[in-house]
Amino acid sequence: MLRNRAIVAGVGESRIGKVPGMSALELCAEAARHALADAGLGIRDIDGLLTAYTMTEPYPVFYGALAEFMGLELRYGAEVTAGGGSSGVMIRDAALAVVSGRAEAVLVVSGDNRATGMERDSAVAALAAWGHPYYEYPYGGFIPAYYALIARRYMHETGATSEDLARVAVTQRASACRHPNAHMKTPITLEDVLASKPIAEPLRLFDCCLISDAAGAVVVMRAERAAELPQKAVYLLGAGEAFSHEHILAAPSLIDSGARRSADAAYAMAGIGPREIDLALLYDCFTITPMLLAEDCGFAARGAAADLWKDGRATIEGRFPINTHGGMLSHAHAGATGGLFESVEAVRQLRGGEGKRQVARHEVALVHVEGGIMSNHATLIYGAQPV
Amino acid sequence: MALPFPEPRTAEAKHFFAAAAENRLELQRCAACGRVWFFPRPACVACGSQDYAWLRASGRGGVHSFSIVRRAPSPEFRDRVPYVVALIDLAEGPRMMANVVGEGALEVSIGDALELTFEDRGEGRKLPQFRRIAR
Repeated sequence: MLRNRAIVAGVGESRIGKVPGMSALELCAEAARHALADAGLGIRDIDGLLTAYTMTEPYPVFYGALAEFMGLELRYGAEVTAGGGSSGVMIRDAALAVVSGRAEAVLVVSGDNRATGMERDSAVAALAAWGHPYYEYPYGGFIPAYYALIARRYMHETGATSEDLARVAVTQRASACRHPNAHMKTPITLEDVLASKPIAEPLRLFDCCLISDAAGAVVVMRAERAAELPQKAVYLLGAGEAFSHEHILAAPSLIDSGARRSADAAYAMAGIGPREIDLALLYDCFTITPMLLAEDCGFAARGAAADLWKDGRATIEGRFPINTHGGMLSHAHAGATGGLFESVEAVRQLRGGEGKRQVARHEVALVHVEGGIMSNHATLIYGAQPV
Repeated sequence: MALPFPEPRTAEAKHFFAAAAENRLELQRCAACGRVWFFPRPACVACGSQDYAWLRASGRGGVHSFSIVRRAPSPEFRDRVPYVVALIDLAEGPRMMANVVGEGALEVSIGDALELTFEDRGEGRKLPQFRRIAR
């Protein structure tokens, strides 16, 4: 059992936004150095490295390229490819590695320079390749259209409106405005979102996540080492995963994905339920995504998620803050990195001391990431204390 | 710019597109458990049996969900926007993706009844598509 046995010892972010002249490798190394400094560690203290993938620098073995670039000597390393869900898999694997003695301290890193390292059209075209090459892509499918299919069906079944979706974007932008390193820091209104240009109806431009240059990193260690750290350790209380399909045409349901199974497994490991969660970081590639995930993770009944944003509960001052860093819609998104920032933010909030972004209750946080088109899921539950 | 057409490499996909070139939508039905599945794969996705037969679909279906794409995902689709990407529940059970094409396509709704048609993408290659059935 993994509960209480691993900690996040440090977190870091690279510069975020449009960072010209920085390669994916350099962004990753910058985030990793910040995470090491945060944990009070040097490169000789790290003997494990897990990375996600890049699209701009497709090294055959990216973790190897990063380890070499930083001068790491490893006992354990791998590149993990589970799309947007990669960070959840990596952090759980890192926890298992330190608990089992496979490594002492594991760096988990993801980053890419998709804003300046790729032409906009080639970034969009590369994302089109997520569709099935025979049965989806020839129909002009691409990721926004696939999530639009989910959004349209959800709106049909629950009565949710475009205003409900837009409110997620507005709330998260307001949070990003309080984050010193967020990509987008200009407030937006409901009217701005509804007037933004349609991409794949019902999704408009401001319903879609950013394309950023960004990297994030966390350091995972055994819980026994918490006392050595320069600041409060954050404990991994629970973890769950689930997979149900790769392509949206093969999804068993557009509404009921594997997310609930993943969240239930994490709750079971942690021995707590949704009522014990103080804040949530929910994957938000599109505004529809955190609405569905809030329901799957037990924070609202099916069809009722819109109320979390409508009545202000999801704001930083609200009773149940969601995506307090601004998420992938406003803080940063670069491949698997957007999901990793959810864990970075969870750790920061649980430590306390985030100033104008700090939430009032910060004992337990839930992170949910997903990859593909609600295809693979990972849930992590973190605590300021062991449970 | 020409619209893309798949270059199928698996045996089942080759069979599927060869049938499409002759205006037939073909699905696989498991001889062991009766499951009908899409997309073409070598074994039943319900029970794993490799014993299956191809069946010709009726071509009837309904709109499970749809999106009107306004921003082309790649240069090939720039002349095509706006177009409808839909998930279609076939009468035989499986769900597939296609465009809703033809008259009134952009007025499509969830639940609309559809019928099969084929889009010629040149060199004898055809893609299964759907159009709304007039009420």
